[in-house]
Parts: sequence; C-alpha cells; structure tokens
Amino acid sequence: MSRQRDDYENSRWRKFRSWIDGEVDPLASGIMIQPPKAPIEKRIEKPKTENPVTLQSESIQDKDREWNQTPEEKKDPEGRGIRWFCRFYQVMSVFLCLSIIFVLLWTIAYLPAFGNAGNPDNNEVSARYIEQGLKETGAVNIVTGMILDYRAFDTFGESCVLFIASCCVLVLLRIDAADGKGSFRDTKNRAKKTKGDPENNIMAEPEAVRTVIARKRLEEADDRLYEPKNDVILQKCACVLVPLIFVFGIYIVLNGHLSPGGGFSGGAVLGSGLIFYLNAFGFKKTEAFFTEKIYRRLTLCALTFYCMAKSYSFFTGANHLKSGIPLGTPGAILSSGLILPLNICVGLVVACTMYAFYALFRKGGM
Amino acid sequence: MAGMPLFVNIEETVSIILFGVGFTMLMLHRNLIKKIMGMNIMDTAVYLFLAAKGYIKGRMVPIVTDGIQDVSAYINPVPSGLVLTGIVVSVSTTALMLALTIRLYERYGSLDLDQILMRAKEDEEV
Repeated sequence: MSRQRDDYENSRWRKFRSWIDGEVDPLASGIMIQPPKAPIEKRIEKPKTENPVTLQSESIQDKDREWNQTPEEKKDPEGRGIRWFCRFYQVMSVFLCLSIIFVLLWTIAYLPAFGNAGNPDNNEVSARYIEQGLKETGAVNIVTGMILDYRAFDTFGESCVLFIASCCVLVLLRIDAADGKGSFRDTKNRAKKTKGDPENNIMAEPEAVRTVIARKRLEEADDRLYEPKNDVILQKCACVLVPLIFVFGIYIVLNGHLSPGGGFSGGAVLGSGLIFYLNAFGFKKTEAFFTEKIYRRLTLCALTFYCMAKSYSFFTGANHLKSGIPLGTPGAILSSGLILPLNICVGLVVACTMYAFYALFRKGGM
Repeated sequence: MAGMPLFVNIEETVSIILFGVGFTMLMLHRNLIKKIMGMNIMDTAVYLFLAAKGYIKGRMVPIVTDGIQDVSAYINPVPSGLVLTGIVVSVSTTALMLALTIRLYERYGSLDLDQILMRAKEDEEV
C-alpha cells in the first residue's frame, strides 16, 4: 500500500479497475471527484475490528476508505495481504487473458484463408464421407451418416454424457420425501441448523422427524404453491401448440437421415414441448404419462438398444460378415439401415434428459 | 501485412475474441452465475471456430441432392459433427454447474465465490 500514489483516486487504472469490477460507471466517476480530506474523517468512525475480507465485496466507498488509510492504521497484516493478493490476482488474470488472446490471434494470422477448398482440413477423410457415404450408410444427410454410422460410438458416448449429467443433477437436487430416509440436501440443512452444538448427533434423529423435515423441504421447494394455477390463456395456447411441437419434433427425429436435424435437435424440440405442457397443466397431468419410472425405463432401453445395435453392426462389419440390415432406397423414410432407430433412441434420451433437467431444477423431483 | 490475415480469417478472429471475453469473465467475476455465462461464451466461440473451419466458399450443405456425390459440391461434414458433440457436452456441463451452484447457494446463502470460501472455512473451524 505504500506504493500507492497520491492521485490514485483519479488515475486511469483506478477507473479501469472499478469498471472491471462492475461497480462504477467510468464516466460517472470521472465527473465526481472525491475531496482529499473526506477519507480522514471517515477513518475515525470506522471500527478497527471490521473484517477486511468482507469489505472486498461491499461498495466501492468502503474500498476507498480502506485504501486511504495511513500505514499506522494498518494493524491487520493479514487483511492487507488479502487485499494485495486480490489486486495482484486481478492484474495477473487480465494479463493472462490478454496474453492468451494475443497468442491465439498470432496463430490465427498463420492459418490458411477462410473458405478455401485447398485447406488442409478438407482432406481425404471428408472426401471419403462425401463420396462413399450414401453408398455405405444409405443416409442422404452426410452428417447424420457420419455421426450415426461411421462414428456411432462417439454419439453413444454423447448420449451417455447426457444421461450421466442428468443422474448427477438428480443426485444433487432431488428431495426425497417418500421413503423417509432424508436426502443429502436435508442432511446438509440439518447440519447447518445444529452447528451451534456439535455434540448433537445428526444421525441420532428419529426416522419420523427426518421424514417430516424432508416433507417440509419438499413443500418449500415445490413452487406449485406460489404460481398461478390453471392459467386459461396458457392452457388454450398449449392445446394448440403442444401437438404441433410434438409433431414437428417427431418429424425432425424421423427425417434425421433425409434432411437437416436428427435425434439431438428433434429430442430438444420434444423436450421443450414436454416442458411447455408441464407449465400449462402442472405436474399432476404430466405425471399421468411421464413419471420418474418411465423416464428411467425409456432412457435405459434407448441406451441399451443403441449399444446392442451398434455393437452388432460393428462386429459384423469388422469380421466381414453379412449384417442382414437392409439399407433400402436412399431418400425413402425407411432406409439407411440402423440410422433411423438410432435417431429415435437418441431423440428419446435427449427429450427425457431435457424434461428431467427442468423438473429437477424446478421442484427437485419428477 | 501482419494484420491482414486477421481480416481474411475474420470469423476465426471473432471467435478468438469471444473466447477471450468468456475467459476473462471466468477469471475476473466472483459471481458463480457469471462464471457459468463466461464458460458458455467460450463454448460458443469454439462452435464458431469449428463451423468457420468447415465452410468452403460456394458449396452446399452436406446433404446429397440430385444424386451428386462429388467432393467439390459439398462443404466439409466433419466439423459439423464435432459442433454437435460440443453442444451436447456443453448442455450437460452447464446443467451440472447450475445444480452445484444451487446447492452452494442453499448451503452458504451467497453466490460470491469469496464469501462461499470464507463461510466454508468458518464451518470447518467450527
């Protein structure tokens, strides 16, 4: 702090820094100039026991006051160290970001020109996909033929990533009231409550109390209580739009090998249709046809079928056996072998995952 | 001369600048939600870069039309597939990060990373 200049308040770096912090409009601070005597008066009022770290996140006036203190007031070396570290961190991170941008732009300057057919990334791999793709996979859409036939295990991995992510969100956000065990979230909350007396063992609580607490948490998190129920406008709109959205999503999924689209985009459309239906009619109506059990079964069946089908076709392909899967006429809806069922599988997984994310984020369960 | 390739590859340049914006947000903001936004901006920059790399001037999307199966008729299909992979992974990681943020907010009552760390330290000491 001793290196601080006298006119630091008006320096460009100070303005830039507060602008980076998002605390002060740079133009506004340029007009308003603080009188130099003011900080000394403030300093007398300021209690010395105040924790300097909390000041970091408070208003800019507090920061100014902190910095304008004379060295003999700095009784707390740890606080000064933290402040110094924060400034150092910000300077270094700006420097790091700028240097990364600079190095990457330097690299860009040596890349081949945009849109040129002779670029090295347009090599024999993509040529092979374009020339032989239709004959070997039967898919008119070369990208679909690539991701669901040549690179099908890559797409299987993607579906698994989605499934695992939804499982992780389920573990993190689920509120378990039914079986009375008390989820992770409730354990944490009770740990917070009983922080005052550590000898109070959390696990000693009886099962019934825990169930009651879990129920209470579920009711608190369930925003069905706070939102308008049976909104007529939304429901009428949903009556018209939800079938259209579903038909459009199913069209995208089924025509993945003929036109732009496929399992991922169609599944996202289907999932958004489900979310719309849920918003209009509430969880009760949705639970009539889509529960957690159905979600689990659908996702598991889709992933298993995908894995089995592709393992079979890769096994037969690698051993030069006849797979017995007809490719059909290119352009027909029932063509291109396994791509259509695989698209349906991927679409189901994506739609279920989208809906699961929404339901978990909204009320901690499906 | 040194600056000219940057304007020839304007799409890549823009994607790098977007990447830098996202990375700066990730480093400088203490708010977890803003960090997640920065991460998503970085993802978007990567998609833009990949899409720009796959494009070839004057060619069609890689969907076979009129039975033409010539390399000189279509753009490169490989980066399109890679962008698809990227989008899926980005959705998954964003959902996971948001879920973790919700749990941190419930536990510590703050989205500020410094405050969360401080309160976690206090909890450990107790």
